[in-house]
Amino acid sequence: MLDPYTESVLIFTGINIVLALSLYLPVSAGLLSLGQGGFMAIGAYTAAYLTTEMQWPFLVALPCGGLMAGLVGLAVGLPSLRIKGVYLVIMTMGFGEIVRVFFLNFEPTGAASGLGGIATHTTLPGVAIAVLLTLLLCFQLRGSRIGRAIEAVREDELAAEVIGINLTYVKVAVFGLGAAIAGIGGGLYAHYATFIDPAQFGFQRSAEIFIMVVLGGMGSFWGAAIGAIVVTILPELLRLGNAQEWRMTVFGALLVVIMIVRPWGLLGVRR
Amino acid sequence: MVLIQQIVNGVMLGSSYSLIAIGYTLVFGVLHLVHLAHGEVFMVGAFIGLQAVLLTGGGVAVALPAAAIYLLAIKPIRARKGHYLAPMISTIGAGVVLQEIATRSFGGEQVGFPVAMDSQIWHFGGITLTSVQLVILAVSLGLMLALHLFVTLTRVGMAMRATAESMTISHTLGIRSERIIILTFAIASALAGVAGVLVGMSFNSISPYMGVDMGIKGLAAMLLGGLGNVYGAMLGGLVIGIVEVISVAYLASSYRDAFAFFVIIAVLLFRPRGIFGSTAHVEA
Repeated sequence: MLDPYTESVLIFTGINIVLALSLYLPVSAGLLSLGQGGFMAIGAYTAAYLTTEMQWPFLVALPCGGLMAGLVGLAVGLPSLRIKGVYLVIMTMGFGEIVRVFFLNFEPTGAASGLGGIATHTTLPGVAIAVLLTLLLCFQLRGSRIGRAIEAVREDELAAEVIGINLTYVKVAVFGLGAAIAGIGGGLYAHYATFIDPAQFGFQRSAEIFIMVVLGGMGSFWGAAIGAIVVTILPELLRLGNAQEWRMTVFGALLVVIMIVRPWGLLGVRR
Repeated sequence: MVLIQQIVNGVMLGSSYSLIAIGYTLVFGVLHLVHLAHGEVFMVGAFIGLQAVLLTGGGVAVALPAAAIYLLAIKPIRARKGHYLAPMISTIGAGVVLQEIATRSFGGEQVGFPVAMDSQIWHFGGITLTSVQLVILAVSLGLMLALHLFVTLTRVGMAMRATAESMTISHTLGIRSERIIILTFAIASALAGVAGVLVGMSFNSISPYMGVDMGIKGLAAMLLGGLGNVYGAMLGGLVIGIVEVISVAYLASSYRDAFAFFVIIAVLLFRPRGIFGSTAHVEA
């Protein structure tokens, strides 16, 4: 068997792959979000509340968390039709902050003191299944009718609209789907961490997910997955050497270096 | 009277947001890049200001690390024509480095910020003003006026505006755009550094982690005004400061960090380009 440390690193890698894919989906339609941490929080809090307070089984609560995040995602996705580029990035960032402040004040889930005593339901095989399912979804989506529509929207919105693609439908659907997956990732995270508080889902979390996707390369979902693995494992590898105390400094510097060496992402292709 | 007092307090707070937002918007204007290490530059400015206990110290000294960020973390990626989001990631990386260095040099705790001046209190009718508040107001408004004069009246300021308009054309016309970019970074960061000192003075404490929150507020202020618009950033900062203070006074104080974003989302729904934004930067 694996020692607990390796297992926890692997579980976090798996959760991060799910989160990275949740951002990859909207990005693949040209909708960049810096608020994935907010969707993750909604999924994590919903699922954890259902298992701890309502005694629901984990396998029911987890999809409920995803559904909740997905619904909020649909509501947030609608204005994204009017807002583009950097404006959308900063607006989603604002949404993430609003979610964080909401949970900071929401008494039923413990407000600022957090929600504790969550049972550990997230196991390594469970995470592996979740990762495989998400990868499968992305793979299936890519070849499908809607997948090609997504690609068309990213390449040229006007042309896509002209050939009869329903922009509203595609954009809102893909944003909501990404939010739902982020919610599932949050549920998995909550049932491994056993304690969640709003600070865990702040701007830094959203930025981390954003880093994974861009670092891996935005052209393919494999890129997002690789980015998630690098962003999770790299700081852990840095623990090994004598660099323990400097590991986050080195990590930050390495981010800069990687982007200089591979400005299109690790798996990205120059276009 | 209470309302006027709150608006005055909001302007004090908002003027610091404005200074940060101007930095974001200047950098965005020339590079079309959201400079995510700007909040950390602000924080470093506060700490340097703590060492030097001088406004100019915090402002001028921080321009150097910021110029280094451009040269080390942004320019190489631009030179290799990377993805337009790649420099954003490298500025996050640079921000992590700055934050870690500050944590290691000054500790992760909050540090008190000595105010090196007599605290006097004036009353104008029902409005109370402290000397610290007056200094904050005078410094930030003075800097904004100076920036306005610099950008509109001097040759270098004109070159900056030309570069923001179109780097290729201004370069063809003989403007050394690389120098202008570095200068823009230096000015943007100096303003953030001064804002760091001002915030340290008004809250009496600074910490290595304060850059994230203020950075987000500054971004919000820039967005409210419209990307790349200096005057929009000034106004956006003031609006957010006033909204925040009034929400604390009249609504739920625990939601103060969210109110600014509610305002922004509301504004964006009606004017997706911000108050003064042009369509030019909406794409990409």
